[in-house]
Amino acid sequence: MSGLPDTTENITLDTFLRGLWEENPVFVMLLGMCPVLAVTNSAINALAMGLASTFVLVASNSLVSLMRHFIPKQVRIATYIIIIATFVTMVDYAIQAISLDLYNALGAFIQLIVVNCMILGRAEAYASKQPLGATIINGLGIGAGFTLALLSLGTVREILGSGSLFGVALFGENFQPWVVMVLPPGGFFVLGAWLLIFAWVGQHRQQRMNQQEVAQHDS
Amino acid sequence: MTADSVGYIFMNAAIVNNFVLAMFLGICPFLGVSAKRDTAWSMGLAVIFVMLVSSICAYGINWMLTRFEIEYLRLICYIAVIASAVQLVEMTMKKYSPALFRALGIFLPLITTNCAILGVALFQTSREYSFTQSVAFSLGAGVGFTIALMLMAGLRQHLELAKVPSVSQGAAMTMMLAGLLSLAFMGFAGLGASHG
Repeated sequence: MSGLPDTTENITLDTFLRGLWEENPVFVMLLGMCPVLAVTNSAINALAMGLASTFVLVASNSLVSLMRHFIPKQVRIATYIIIIATFVTMVDYAIQAISLDLYNALGAFIQLIVVNCMILGRAEAYASKQPLGATIINGLGIGAGFTLALLSLGTVREILGSGSLFGVALFGENFQPWVVMVLPPGGFFVLGAWLLIFAWVGQHRQQRMNQQEVAQHDS
Repeated sequence: MTADSVGYIFMNAAIVNNFVLAMFLGICPFLGVSAKRDTAWSMGLAVIFVMLVSSICAYGINWMLTRFEIEYLRLICYIAVIASAVQLVEMTMKKYSPALFRALGIFLPLITTNCAILGVALFQTSREYSFTQSVAFSLGAGVGFTIALMLMAGLRQHLELAKVPSVSQGAAMTMMLAGLLSLAFMGFAGLGASHG
């Protein structure tokens, strides 16, 4: 029993760009929400988390893609998780060695990348059916989309909640920080607001496309 | 109550540092299974059970790994234990309650990737809890998860009758609701020492 049948697709620019907008893991597919909410109280944490997740995503999905013909179908999920856990352990030790401050700030959430459903989801839905090249490009795109989402939350929360960006104070001394924004409820509120914006833009696009179709029909 | 008594750890995990609303663990099932109150209830029970089993196993595994000085395998071992515990729950539920099994659907196997469960195992290791403390911690975390899920399900059932703009329907509205709940739970923060 070998893996799932291949449905090879051509590598285009769209393979990469899809992850940024149409299949954005956070804003559109609502995957991997826990780190999105938990570590975005400052922009630098958000960036580090995004990069770490991107590395694990690309590395583990490449391995899954390479081994897709050897992994028996029945135990594939367990295999994927073990592969992901291996890379997460690597990242965990690497961050600990590079910056202990960052490691303490992110806390358990580095190890919790293992259970980020985005990574397992991509392994199951994409990497297990695609050749290595497409998987890497798509993984980079999804990772970039994830990092972008984390950053957009992190910047808003840091600016409003502590009046700084990447640790640099933006406002004068008299700035009264909106503390709730760096606390847990702020994460929910900011993410809700971003989802609202995304849904609103999406709806407008849909309406415009419908109008164009109607116009084409008329002419 | 002192900071390492069993009751304190239980309350701390269930209410003060609620896993979902204060520590953002287990958000996916929190958003996915909170549409109806009865599915939320059975999901909560399943999570409590898996948490308890995996916490006990994680305690044993950690003891063994430390003895052989191979702590770097911790993460891989924990996730394997959790995956098998979930499998166990799935088989039991399929046999004794097929209706419930269908209602939970895809979210049952997804308990494996519920970060709350791995979170319990990792936190109890990093805080060096004893065996009874670990059990209290995992039970508290499970109860806290169930409380959050039930509250959210109740709110969302009422929301069905409310008129909201079409843009904010679905995920955005749910996030706002979760934010309000989280704000309410912040009121408990003064009750105990925060673990961040």
